[in-house]
Amino acid sequence: MLLLTCPYCGVEADETELSPGGEAHLKRFGPGASDEDFEAYLFLRDNPKGVHLERWRHANGCGKWFLAARCTSTLEVFGTYPAQTTRPPEDVLEAIRAKRPGWEMPA
Amino acid sequence: MRRYSAFAIAREAARHHQGWERAWRSPEPRKKYDAIIVGAGGHGLATAYYLGKNHGLKNVAVIEKGWLGGGNTGRNTTIIRSNYLQDPSAAIYEKARSLYETMSQDLNYNVMFSPRGVIMLAQTHHEVRGYQRTAHANQHQGVSTRFISPEEVKKLVPIINLDGPRYPVLGGLWQARGGTARHDAVAWGYARACSDMGMDIIQKCEVTGVRSSNGQVMGVETTKGPIDCDKLGIVVAGHSGVLADMAGFRLPIESVALQALVSEPIKPCMDVVVMANTVHGYMSQSDKGEMVIGGGADGYNNYTQRGSFHHIEETVRALIETFPMISRLKMLRQWGGIVDMTGDRSPIISKTPLGNCFVNCGWGTGGFKAIPGSGWAMAELMAKGESPLAAEFTMNRFKAGRFIDESVAAGVAH
Amino acid sequence: MSFRLREGGRLIDRSKVLRFAFNGASKKGFAGDTLASALLGANQMLMGRSFKYHRPRGVVASGAEEPNALMNLGKGAFFEPNQRATTTELYEGLEAGSQNHWPSLETDIGALNGYVSRFLPAGFYYKTFMAPRHAWKYLFEPFIRQSAGLGKAPEEGDGDRYEHFYMFTDVLVVGGGIAGLQAALSAARTGVRVLLLEQTADWGGRAVVDGTVIDGMPADAWVQATLATLSEMENVTIRARCMGAGIYDHGYVLGYERVADHTPQAGAPRHRLWKIRARQVVTATGAIERPLSFAGNDIPGVMLASAVRDYVVNFAVAPGKRTVVVTNNDDAYRTALALVAQGLSVPLIVDARPRGGGALAEQAARAGIAIRKGGAIAGVLGGKRVTGVKVCAMNGTDVTEVACDAVAMSGGWSPVVHLWSHCGGKLLWSEAEAHFYPDPALPPTNHTGAGFVRAAGISNGAMATSACLADAQSQGAAAGLAAGGNAVSDAPAAAEDLPAEPLQPVWLMPEGAPIAMREKAWLDFQNDVKVSDVQLAAQEGFESVEHTKRYTTLGMATDQGKLSNINGLAILSKALNEEIPQVGTTTFRPPYTPISMAAIAGEARGDTFQPLRQTPMHAWHDANGAYWEPVGHWRRPYCYQRGRETVEQAVSREVRNTREALGLLDASTLGKLLVKGPDAGKFLDMLYTNMMSSLKPGRCRYGLMCSENGFLSDDGVVARIDEETFLCHTTSGGADRIHAWMEDWLQCEWWDWNVYVANLTEQYAQVAVVGPNARTLLERLGGMDVSKDALPFMAWSDGTLGGFEARVFRISFSGELSYEIAVPASQGAAFWETLHRLGADLGAMPYGTEALHIMRAEKGFIMIGDETDGTVIPQDLGLNWAISKKKTDYLGKRAQARSDMVRDDRWRLVGLETLDGAVLPDGAYAVAEGNNALGQRRMIGRVTSTYHSPTLGRGIAMGLVEHGPERMGEVLEFPGTDGRVFKAKIVDPVFYDREGEKQDV
Repeated sequence: MLLLTCPYCGVEADETELSPGGEAHLKRFGPGASDEDFEAYLFLRDNPKGVHLERWRHANGCGKWFLAARCTSTLEVFGTYPAQTTRPPEDVLEAIRAKRPGWEMPA
Repeated sequence: MRRYSAFAIAREAARHHQGWERAWRSPEPRKKYDAIIVGAGGHGLATAYYLGKNHGLKNVAVIEKGWLGGGNTGRNTTIIRSNYLQDPSAAIYEKARSLYETMSQDLNYNVMFSPRGVIMLAQTHHEVRGYQRTAHANQHQGVSTRFISPEEVKKLVPIINLDGPRYPVLGGLWQARGGTARHDAVAWGYARACSDMGMDIIQKCEVTGVRSSNGQVMGVETTKGPIDCDKLGIVVAGHSGVLADMAGFRLPIESVALQALVSEPIKPCMDVVVMANTVHGYMSQSDKGEMVIGGGADGYNNYTQRGSFHHIEETVRALIETFPMISRLKMLRQWGGIVDMTGDRSPIISKTPLGNCFVNCGWGTGGFKAIPGSGWAMAELMAKGESPLAAEFTMNRFKAGRFIDESVAAGVAH
Repeated sequence: MSFRLREGGRLIDRSKVLRFAFNGASKKGFAGDTLASALLGANQMLMGRSFKYHRPRGVVASGAEEPNALMNLGKGAFFEPNQRATTTELYEGLEAGSQNHWPSLETDIGALNGYVSRFLPAGFYYKTFMAPRHAWKYLFEPFIRQSAGLGKAPEEGDGDRYEHFYMFTDVLVVGGGIAGLQAALSAARTGVRVLLLEQTADWGGRAVVDGTVIDGMPADAWVQATLATLSEMENVTIRARCMGAGIYDHGYVLGYERVADHTPQAGAPRHRLWKIRARQVVTATGAIERPLSFAGNDIPGVMLASAVRDYVVNFAVAPGKRTVVVTNNDDAYRTALALVAQGLSVPLIVDARPRGGGALAEQAARAGIAIRKGGAIAGVLGGKRVTGVKVCAMNGTDVTEVACDAVAMSGGWSPVVHLWSHCGGKLLWSEAEAHFYPDPALPPTNHTGAGFVRAAGISNGAMATSACLADAQSQGAAAGLAAGGNAVSDAPAAAEDLPAEPLQPVWLMPEGAPIAMREKAWLDFQNDVKVSDVQLAAQEGFESVEHTKRYTTLGMATDQGKLSNINGLAILSKALNEEIPQVGTTTFRPPYTPISMAAIAGEARGDTFQPLRQTPMHAWHDANGAYWEPVGHWRRPYCYQRGRETVEQAVSREVRNTREALGLLDASTLGKLLVKGPDAGKFLDMLYTNMMSSLKPGRCRYGLMCSENGFLSDDGVVARIDEETFLCHTTSGGADRIHAWMEDWLQCEWWDWNVYVANLTEQYAQVAVVGPNARTLLERLGGMDVSKDALPFMAWSDGTLGGFEARVFRISFSGELSYEIAVPASQGAAFWETLHRLGADLGAMPYGTEALHIMRAEKGFIMIGDETDGTVIPQDLGLNWAISKKKTDYLGKRAQARSDMVRDDRWRLVGLETLDGAVLPDGAYAVAEGNNALGQRRMIGRVTSTYHSPTLGRGIAMGLVEHGPERMGEVLEFPGTDGRVFKAKIVDPVFYDREGEKQDV
């Protein structure tokens, strides 16, 4: 039963308030994109056993989508941040690297 | 291999069972095999078994990082059915179901396949229509199913409440020849048969890398050293993404936790398997008497084999509405397994971008029932380079947009 | 025999006699008894039958670890199987029955299994019952099922009620023994909120039974004083009869409170599930005594030494008159002393240790009890009751017989590490105590990555009383600090420990016991797993502890191996020649002891299971013959039955009346999403396949939405309210989904676009006024010009209709002259009734969803969920006219360009007309000659919607067919599931008013 802090309303939210939304920072490919890029965008996932950057919605709360950096094998949450970004903010990256030395952003 | 039989038991009983031999050998790995299967779960062992039995390929190792049958094979709700809607699914699951029918005799190991019948409840009009459609499709696919009335459901499942205030039972899709089997026995039976063919099952050996040269697989790195092979089959369910990463390709897979629970054992009260997909719950009674209950999957990536409690709560709540008598039973144990979900929730049995490296994964919430069919098809694919049963389950289908979507008829597929 | 002592009993109140029934016979006990103590007091040692061999079984323990004494309890809607007698508090009128036997507990046919047990070793069923093939299903399995199982199946629903509690606390302490009390006190002193749970009705754990002295007073007095102190602290909540059931990720803990099991049917909820979020958890869960493995250790009368002591001290019940004690540690001497103190006979203490025990052993010797050092039990005499033991030296020699009617055994103590382990806490092995205990370096971790569980006291391996209290103090204080408390000066309560001799691990007695003894030395009493079974598993290569568990069923019974797991593990590791910690434990899973399904469900049952959504007109429908259909979380009238009409007749009447006169549809469930902002047009152009930004204010347009994967996901009419405001109608089931979908794109992809979405679905009631008389009715209401010129087809207008604030849309899903009118939800019922009143002479009748579906099908309109199923793209449905060619992008556009989406043999929409006018079966497939590559009959199309058309007087259908639109006039075969083959011609899907004249008048 996860606890994630919504970066918008500040609530430390119980999982029952949240709905998960899969991998974060996917780049959308639309008309004109190659089949490979489009497949990667819609289906191919990093699915790491470790640090995962992912989307959540505070669905039964403020309604906002936000992003989280979470370990899929310990469930530790390194940080949450607003969805309006293409990469995690520095403080979240630092928090990850502090706990998982050598970790790098997936390409 | 000494054959198992009532006679053998009687003979052994006379000497207090001191004479039973090992069910499978526990060898050290050799330097090279014709084929290596990574993952000694049901699917991996079945693959090895049919490589040997159907294709004469017996210089085979099955490598397992933990203990054989210790993943989802040993932690599922043991349901076997083939009442799928789409042609490729119906074909492979029906192949599996028919192999289950003779598996005990084939392996000389009683896997306790029990064709007690499976009902998928229709609890909305949408489901009624979906299952009527499935019944129509199944008759052309050679799968024996029938849409039955609420009265027939009640006759088969006397403990059911047809008139729940929320989801009344409007009928059901009945597959009389579906059922359950003893999950551990499936893994053990295959393991014993593989070992008997001279294959090496190497437990507590983790694959740490995949070696390749010029786009062809050469072997694997393991915690017991490097092992060479001509062909490599990756059959590791929830950990497929991790292995694919080692082999240098990506999969349309996410790993999530699926949960199940059992009640304390009671005397027989339900002979058939009942699935209620609208409410994400299914239930059968084991031979021990426990009510075996499966629930929904978490929506977030997870490798912990622990799920979130609210899914248990939702499942139990819904099943109490459908089976009021379970209200006064107690939950004995809950657990989770890591399932690998593909983009269309159907499996992948496929060649990969790496030459002579094959992958069998993505069985999601429904892998146990497929084990023999999956192994049959994977073995054929590895041995011959193609298999009609696996033809539609390629990993390329996501690029083409050619999906095998079973959620069409029901909310979830188990 | 077992019997009640004349005096004593900490927990019983002899002034309150309680009557109860066991297997139909009336018995007496006292208030404060458990069912087990009351049965023992009434000389009922035999309490059940084992699972596999149906061996007679007596109670062996006194608490949650009891494997044998399981009862059918209560009756009817208050019946419950598998209740442990040891944790069932006695109440007046309790009705209990023993389980798993036929015809009776004393004479059980199933016990024949025991006589052939030699043929039924571990896993025997994997090796036989294979021939003939069908014998498993028809012969062997039914027999096994019947003889397995334990309690009876409940036959009714549940007469009790249940509830959930939500609790947030800084520190949760699980366990109300002295460690739990000390830990709670020390945590509370740091100033944080503390919740303390105890699974039983009383406090103090073992210390109060064993006469421990704490802070110079008897443990009982210290416990009461500490409880009083805690009760007065405002930051402390304490709860008895509430078990810590499971620890989950991120500090989530389940508490299981048995509120009213001991006061049934008195009005209180029976169980309460506590959903606790704790920053820190202290598990002070004590330890469980291990049995010793010797031949005959399952015969009724052989009990845990601590349990014997509990029954004597707490309930003044003696399990026997002459009790032999057998032990490998000092603690069991307390049992001998307690028995002797009550004037009971202890003919012999058998101590496996060559040197014997410490201070307690000296006390026993002084009390005149004979002690055999370096001794073992070679066998137990008796069948349904112990009559004596054969005692020998540890090496098996020098056998003598001792007459006795009870045996108290102790193999040492295993800390209760279940809660610690549920969420990933790791364990260490103590050689000295021969048990697993929590590894403080590897606790379960929470969302910050920090440990959030601490074990305290004996459950942390601190076995001596002083160490237990000191550990509890330090763990409690540390938990308080970790949860945000302040450091304060605090000291543990003081206790003095008796000098003790160390325990000596004994996993089987005597040493090197021959197979005949090992076949009678039980590990798992309930599941009938013996030492020989585990050894057989090892011999056959089941080397993993998980394999052995599953092969032998060790630890899989309702006690989940609380007594058997460590003993079994030790036998396995010996057989494998490995160290115990290398072999490792099986996984600990919640719950600690079984919890009721009902408590998990809580109050969400019956009408409150999943509340229905109702439109403002729901009550009217219900009062007017509505035949309900579930639609998403709504209920909608499928039709309205009048008099003795069948459903089919009602539907037919509603269709004809709507086409000929006037039909009224409650369309309130339609989703209504307001999309507003400067970029609203641009946004909707991305969401819909067609162009929405070009829609003029005052006008409506039908639109399609696809998933990014290209498949049709929803449809509906969009009305442009003003330059930057659109009202998007969605399907009834789709409102929430589409709203969330819009938010997703706005927040996560186009966050710089200035658009706001509000879900107004429940703000408005909506009524479709349909049929030739529709305009007449609206004109009667008055207030708005609803003429063709003022309000043409696909236009909308705001105004007042008959005094109701209304928004009127000229849209039609039936092909008739039609208005959809939205009014504020609060006025929906009044508006609906007004329409009926004023329209009565115009033929106004309500119609339901089925008439709606038939009329749209007659017009060839697709329905999301019928013609679509998540695999259908708009192009399949001939909806290319609704796909903009001008737009460079919309959600799903790229997907629809993939190779499989542009195949020319995709199944596409057509109308289907049976040759004989029959109705095609729903879901039927069209077949062609031959088979596909998988050997299946080749299918070339399927029915997506099929109805009897009252308008046309025959069956009509829509379907998707390979090359369908190119095969007009061709006849296809659709086999039914009843052997009948339907022949249908491919036709245009619009069956009625192809030119659309009727809706545009």
